[in-house]
Amino acid sequence: MSAPVLEVADLRVRLETPRGPAHVVDGLDYAVGAGETVAIVGESGSGKSVSVLALLGLLPASATVTGTASFGGRDLLAMSEAELRGVRGNGIGMVFQDPMTSLNPVLSVGRQLTEGLLAHGVVTGRAAARARAADLLADVGLPDPRGALERYPHELSGGMRQRVVIAIALAGEPRLLVADEATTALDVTVQAQIVDLVTRLQAEHGTAVVWITHDLGVVAGIADRVLVMYGGRCVEDGGVDDVFDAPAHPYTRGLLGALPARVDAQRGPGRRAPDLVAIAGTPPPPTELPRGCVFWPRCPVRGDVRCETEQPPLVRVGGTDPRPHRAATFYGREIP
Amino acid sequence: MSGFALRRAAQSLVVLLGVSLAVFALVHLVPGDPVRLALGTRFDQATYDALRERAGLDQPLPAQYLQWIGGAVRGDLGVSFRSGEPVTALILERLPATLSLALGSIVVALLIAVPLGTASALRPRSAVDGLGTVVSQIGISVPEFWMGIMLILLFAGTLGWFPAGGYVPFARDPAGWLHSLVLPAVTTGLVSGSVLTRFTRSSVLEALSAEHVRTARAKGLGPRAVLSWHVLRNAMLPLVTVTGVQLAYLLSGVVVVEIVFAWPGLGQLALQAVEARDYPLLQGAVLLFAVVFLLLNLGVDLLYGRLDPRIAA
Repeated sequence: MSAPVLEVADLRVRLETPRGPAHVVDGLDYAVGAGETVAIVGESGSGKSVSVLALLGLLPASATVTGTASFGGRDLLAMSEAELRGVRGNGIGMVFQDPMTSLNPVLSVGRQLTEGLLAHGVVTGRAAARARAADLLADVGLPDPRGALERYPHELSGGMRQRVVIAIALAGEPRLLVADEATTALDVTVQAQIVDLVTRLQAEHGTAVVWITHDLGVVAGIADRVLVMYGGRCVEDGGVDDVFDAPAHPYTRGLLGALPARVDAQRGPGRRAPDLVAIAGTPPPPTELPRGCVFWPRCPVRGDVRCETEQPPLVRVGGTDPRPHRAATFYGREIP
Repeated sequence: MSGFALRRAAQSLVVLLGVSLAVFALVHLVPGDPVRLALGTRFDQATYDALRERAGLDQPLPAQYLQWIGGAVRGDLGVSFRSGEPVTALILERLPATLSLALGSIVVALLIAVPLGTASALRPRSAVDGLGTVVSQIGISVPEFWMGIMLILLFAGTLGWFPAGGYVPFARDPAGWLHSLVLPAVTTGLVSGSVLTRFTRSSVLEALSAEHVRTARAKGLGPRAVLSWHVLRNAMLPLVTVTGVQLAYLLSGVVVVEIVFAWPGLGQLALQAVEARDYPLLQGAVLLFAVVFLLLNLGVDLLYGRLDPRIAA
């Protein structure tokens, strides 16, 4: 792996809430190599979206963000707002969850595409911006790209809107694309089209992708590496095959057990399909994280005396050196 | 004109017909004989009958209504009982003063509301927000006449910067017109502005929390571009509606303020018509207010269609 595009170390995000400080992200490390796809998975509220919004300074001002996030040799978290603005939409593009709400309903598609191009000086002049915008729309597979510039978001279908959002994210030819639940709000068939589109664009432009999702099916299909978040912490990470074939953390095992495709694969001829396993309980609120392992209250195999009082460190349980497979549990077999 | 505009215009016509009926009925339901009032205490039966006949009051009500509305369509609202002048002329004479005051007030209101409401929304619970709340609470709760009198005492009396009352037509003296307009416009503008400040604050707050604002920031747009194109542009939509209603209210004559400032507007005229039981004048004034209201609402809706592409479709 060449020098990583993005290297995040000890990222912590604290939000002030009426019920006290919430440690939404609690010490996160990860790296994204050039052209690589890293999936961050977890349930709602696990801190996965916050962990990338924090990098671009897109959280409310009341959030406290610490740690380092090296992007192109510079620390995003140490940048001023003006410097960050130069990175947003230029070095890093973002695609959001719901294309029904992430586009401005009263501005035309062309306007929403060109304003980023003009702000970053990618092109100069309206005409050049519109020509470039039409190219971008053609690139994301919008029929009649020139005509689409005049359309408003409500005139487009959900899938088409998400293509527009992707075009906006790619406008500055970013080295990193962050897709925050980019397929969650879409129909299943459209989801597949959007995944294919991002994969194709990634191959064409060599863009690195951070794909935030709770859809493990998508992860299996596109990710090189996967990072499993729970309660604001990384509980397991590694190459996607390593993690899917030999999940080490009880939470990851639970997630994979709850995936219908995996259940299908295990079904042999003549055997009854096992029931879909749901993980009992709900994630802890970020204001009341347990002292020990974050997953301890819901863990089906807990029992080690340390679980309740000690945070299990993230240790290597497999994989090979540049890409270790790590898990934070007292129940994995540590490989030194 | 689009189908949307035609539909709205047709709706307005139907409403206007209903309003004219209501105005007519209401005026005729009010007890008191206008002819008797107009003639004073001493008169003979022949004069009384003649005047009733001239005003058409001896005819059955439906015929009176048809005659009135038929004239109104052609711009003839009848003749005032009191002065004997055509109602249309009386109203037109008062219109410039009222228009000046209404437009002046709405300008003052927007100059207060948009900056103060936006600043409050950008920094909730800050000092600016606190100031906005206090100012708008005062504006809403203090009676207009008292505010007007206080302004007169301070700016016309003590400081002598502006005249205490009276209206100078624009055509005669533009500088004098502006000078005479300041105090009454500020008085009514403060009240309208208070309502609009609260409204601006909540619309901007709502627009700020919209997800497309995050998209705009993620594009790398500067704070000014985000605020103007992705927050205010969207917050403007509900504000246009409320501003339209405020303007209609101001155009219908702000009676109390007009009296405090000796402002020869439609509010004063309407009040005089009520006092004198001057049916034709009262009917004309109320009908005009209704037309103003409907036209403004129609205008707001059409403007809305231009501002919000989801509506015009």
